[in-house]
Amino acid sequence: MTSNLLVYLIALPLFGSAVLMLAGRRSDKWGHLFATALSASSFGVGLYLFSQMLGRTGANRAVTQNLFSWISVGTFQVNAGLMLDQLSICFVLLITGVGTLIHIYSIAYMSHDLDRRRFFAYLNFFIAAMLLLVLGDSYLNLYVGWEGVGLASYLLIGFWNQKPTYATAAKKAFVANRVGDLGLSLAIMISFATLGTVSFAGVKEHAGQASTGALTAIGIMLLVAATGKSAQFPLQAWLGDAMAGPTPVSALIHAATMVTAGVYLIVRSNFIFDAAPTAQLLVAIIGAITLLFGAVIGMAKDDIKKALAASTMSQIGYMILGAGLGPVGYAFAIMHLLTHGFFKAGMFLGAGSVMHGMDDEVNMRRYGGLRKFMPITFATFGLGYLAIIGVPPFAGFYSKDKIIEVAFNMGGIKGVTLGGAAMLGAAITAFYMTRVVVMTFAGNKRWDEKAHPHESPALMWIPMVLLAAGSVASGFIFTHGNSLVNWLAPVVAPNPEHHSEMLKPAVVSIMALVSVLIGVGIAIMKYLRTEVPVVAPENVSIFTKIARRDLLQDDFNEAVFMRPGQKLTQGLVVADKALIDGAVRGVARMTVGTGSTLRNTQTGFVRSYAMWILLGAIGLIAAIWVVTL
Amino acid sequence: MNPANYLYVAALLFTIGAIGVVVRRNAIVVFMCIELMLNAANLAFVTFARINGNLDGQVMAFFTMVVAACEVVVGLAIIVTIYRSRRSASVDDASLLKR
Repeated sequence: MTSNLLVYLIALPLFGSAVLMLAGRRSDKWGHLFATALSASSFGVGLYLFSQMLGRTGANRAVTQNLFSWISVGTFQVNAGLMLDQLSICFVLLITGVGTLIHIYSIAYMSHDLDRRRFFAYLNFFIAAMLLLVLGDSYLNLYVGWEGVGLASYLLIGFWNQKPTYATAAKKAFVANRVGDLGLSLAIMISFATLGTVSFAGVKEHAGQASTGALTAIGIMLLVAATGKSAQFPLQAWLGDAMAGPTPVSALIHAATMVTAGVYLIVRSNFIFDAAPTAQLLVAIIGAITLLFGAVIGMAKDDIKKALAASTMSQIGYMILGAGLGPVGYAFAIMHLLTHGFFKAGMFLGAGSVMHGMDDEVNMRRYGGLRKFMPITFATFGLGYLAIIGVPPFAGFYSKDKIIEVAFNMGGIKGVTLGGAAMLGAAITAFYMTRVVVMTFAGNKRWDEKAHPHESPALMWIPMVLLAAGSVASGFIFTHGNSLVNWLAPVVAPNPEHHSEMLKPAVVSIMALVSVLIGVGIAIMKYLRTEVPVVAPENVSIFTKIARRDLLQDDFNEAVFMRPGQKLTQGLVVADKALIDGAVRGVARMTVGTGSTLRNTQTGFVRSYAMWILLGAIGLIAAIWVVTL
Repeated sequence: MNPANYLYVAALLFTIGAIGVVVRRNAIVVFMCIELMLNAANLAFVTFARINGNLDGQVMAFFTMVVAACEVVVGLAIIVTIYRSRRSASVDDASLLKR
């Protein structure tokens, strides 16, 4: 099936971005409305394509559109083509749907900002790049979108770049992403060298003929790419600082969509990971490490946005873990991605709403008792909270429990370790999210007399309400009659014979619920029953101190990469001065020296020149005489 | 008469001319010594023409005379101009083109 509509999904927001950037200040008055309208129309196109798709069945649902021949070298052909299949449409609807809601929210949130038009130009650019990422029909096309979202993320994190720390945060995100991008480009190169093609269909077709070693190499490089973009261990350090951007950016890019691109990449490359068990196991291990890593950081953060960012890292860890569990896990990874898109975006918007009412205060120790002043924010944030900790029947319960269950069912040490990590993560998630909610909305007020907390305008709370509705209902919709698993089946076929159930689903659910209850209970004891100090206590255990320092991730990067890097650079500067410059200057000095020595023969006396000529002639004749003798 | 004798004379004339160019300072004398060297060469050319029995050397001698005539015209003009401006015809005084 082909369709001419696919390109409009990308072209509409791209056009909006171009208009806003080119028109400049002239579009200040209507720019935000224009951008929102284009994002919404892209969502409309997505919905139309989705309804068309529902009218077809199974493998016929995927549609493609060939735009133009991009690279044509001998037998190597790359077309700029788009492909919309069951997996892509999930992302298209999430990106454009949540994206449009966040556009609407930003109209109010950014209303006092002089550069609101530029903000919307970047947002539209992000939507276009992200859609290109999920719609590209080859790794090369995906790569263009991949870089585009990286650029958009950089521009938006550093949106308030008048603050040097924010500009640094943007650079940090960009550099960490570059490391991941290198992995993706290497994966594309290995794929081209061994399989001779970079399109998804081509790689899927030829993957069987390639050696396991080559596929493992591609898989690991793809994992490196995913760790960079999705803030997974060991490239996770940028996400916390990325909260420097405006809160809608954190909600859209650094929670709901862009950071989940790594999960998309791995699920999209399922044919590679299924043929490379080592790489697949590595994916699961990285996911398990990150979900605990993020959760531990989340327990120690007092900055509401950084706590949510650590939670995002942890939740993406769940998705990566799900994607690393093989055919049985892909659909659940995507399901958690979608439900997370709703509840985390909703909670970030809630955090933005709280900041909006509290004069941009982010320290949760300065909040407290806000539930009376911001009832709608409290209600929507609370629903997102119930979803993320996995209370039935909210969205997170369905998606997260499934991942824990599948992890346990891997069996053996692997299953117990991964499942145990996921279960422990669920308990910690419950603890730190309860901590966030209690410190913000419950207890006594701890803010200054100057602050006047108030509910946000309707433009802000309507998107929050819609996202909260998604957090409530999406999990049930996706699991009702196994709808999402069946929907994704043509793309990521679940393995039918893999049903060695170690634990019954009900047992897993009960265990998860018990651990969640323990986490909630501890948090309530610690933050609701006892007064929260306004200043973070200093006499805490070494573990708390380490967690407050983001588990030393920055210290590690500084000690292992930054300082030796600086040393290396200094060494190179010295080598450059001594060797390279030395050689160039040496040649110059030698030429000058030879010249000034030879200059001494230029006496200006005609008779001396005549003497030299005579001697030369005699020498020449003598030479000829000797040679001919 | 043995043609080699002409060559000896030519060599003698050339040597005198060359020594004169190197040791004398007066530009006119240096100039005359150059003429002497040219004519020594002419004599050698003519002698070789005689020895080999063809006209090549003689033709070459005519060329040399023509070039020498031109050279005299230009060279004398330069010497006179230098003398007018510097009140001296010493080649050692005209040593401005040096390092």
